[in-house]
Amino acid sequence: MMNTIAKPLRHATLRSYVLEAKYEFLRLLRAPVFAVPTILFPALFYLLFGVVLNFGNGQAASYLLATYGVFGVTGAGLFGFGVTVAVEREQGLLQLKRALPMPPGAYLLAKMAMAMLFSAIVSLLLAVMASVLAGVSLQPSQWALLLLVDVLGAVPFCALGLYLGTLVSGSAAPAVVNLIFLPMAFLSGLWMPLAMLPDVLGRVAPALPAYHLGQVALKVVGMDGGAPVALHLGALAVFAVVFFVLARARLAKVG
Amino acid sequence: MEGKTLELASLRGACKRYGDVVALDGVDLAIAPGQVLALLGANGAGKTTAVALLLGLLQADAGTALLFGQSPQRLDARRRVGVMLQSAALQNTLRVGELLDLTRSYYPQPRSVADCVQLAGLDGLLERPYGKLSGGQQRRVQFALALCGNPQLLFLDEPTTGLDIEARQILWRALRALVAQGCAVLLTTHYLEEAEALADRVTVLARGRVVAAGSMDEVRARVSRQHIRCVSTLDADAVACWPQVHEVHRDGTRIEIVADAAEEIVQRLLAGDPQLRELEVRRAGLADAFIELTREDAHQEQAREARHREAA
Repeated sequence: MMNTIAKPLRHATLRSYVLEAKYEFLRLLRAPVFAVPTILFPALFYLLFGVVLNFGNGQAASYLLATYGVFGVTGAGLFGFGVTVAVEREQGLLQLKRALPMPPGAYLLAKMAMAMLFSAIVSLLLAVMASVLAGVSLQPSQWALLLLVDVLGAVPFCALGLYLGTLVSGSAAPAVVNLIFLPMAFLSGLWMPLAMLPDVLGRVAPALPAYHLGQVALKVVGMDGGAPVALHLGALAVFAVVFFVLARARLAKVG
Repeated sequence: MEGKTLELASLRGACKRYGDVVALDGVDLAIAPGQVLALLGANGAGKTTAVALLLGLLQADAGTALLFGQSPQRLDARRRVGVMLQSAALQNTLRVGELLDLTRSYYPQPRSVADCVQLAGLDGLLERPYGKLSGGQQRRVQFALALCGNPQLLFLDEPTTGLDIEARQILWRALRALVAQGCAVLLTTHYLEEAEALADRVTVLARGRVVAAGSMDEVRARVSRQHIRCVSTLDADAVACWPQVHEVHRDGTRIEIVADAAEEIVQRLLAGDPQLRELEVRRAGLADAFIELTREDAHQEQAREARHREAA
């Protein structure tokens, strides 16, 4: 005879996934430490270097539109995952979430959705600035593709951020993430073309995920280095899987 | 199978070690519907590990942990459980109502928001950001999140640590209301008076082992000590030499005696001091039992170690 205690309760979990993502976004939007640098820095850099300092240089305006978009995506993924996971792990929120009947994966999917949403905001903000202030003109399909690259491009950086979040303490996380984020952006040619940097840096670049996403975005505006796009996408997929697997193993150990 | 359903959660021979440190060493534990079980022990006795096993946060190295007859890692099992952990910093920028909204969504038949507000005393707090609340208010929010899923079993890990007396009383009242509705509770606490006020069963852990388990009265009865207080001019040092007397303290005109077999002592006191006034006899509290039980365990441990050394 089935007893009442063992009878499973049916429950639609879709709402939990949606709410988890909604509140992850809301709480970060309300936290100026995260929202301001993530959204405003790429836009401010673009205003400074893409619009003001390179005024009339359409090449620079197009190049930086693509690469500052990637810069913003990298930040949203690395900070949105790295810092929040480190802090929540340290302060016990992650443990509480695991003890609660939160549907599987909701925690990570919510953060991923959040990072993609922030990426989309950065991308759209740059697009508006590029077309209105810098006079960049692209085909509608190019604008759409750039947005898509930025939104989906967040995934490998979410995985890298997640792994960092499992390694470092909450107080050290912002510093550690910045130490990876800023040099990686520079070495990947997101601030200036790699051709303007010493040769040796150009040879290091393919080891960095931001370089590959940068190249994909630059291909959309026709300014990439010429390697096949499949190579870059493959490299990004490998980065995403490797860091996600590393992070999973680390989370299973440290909680 | 019917018999098993009487247990909402159980540990059977549960062992857990962290490297060289043994956190749990063959622990048996069970909670039946409607029971309030206090899990007591000094820091490092294994309370938090036991709770973590029952919630599926950790896996036992040996033995089993069951929640509603299944693995605690099953979502179905945890949907019948409410949780308040000792250290859980919730998202500071989310409002209380939003935290409640999210946590309620995890459960198939959540309590209404109005019920949660009323039970946990959250009047006027729903629109406030969690980070702007006082420590006591934050604790009440955590309590609301624990009960919002209409759980059959509540896990409360040190629920009133850091609360003032009034806030503690509010939480106790709410907890009693839940228990009256049939909710079972597993409570870990440092405050023995809290366990005494709320729990009907007690399990005492020391060094990862169960040193006492049973109803509150049974565990208290493990210790025969009684406290005798009175106003008397008798010499405290002299009373301390009487048989069955363990401790004597003088506090101004008052004298407090800890002894076995209070009846005999009281007779001697009255015979020795006919002027004696304000006589009180109190049986051992949970605190006495706890101290005595953990002390016994420490003695046994020392004896075991001594035997090991001799054997070696």
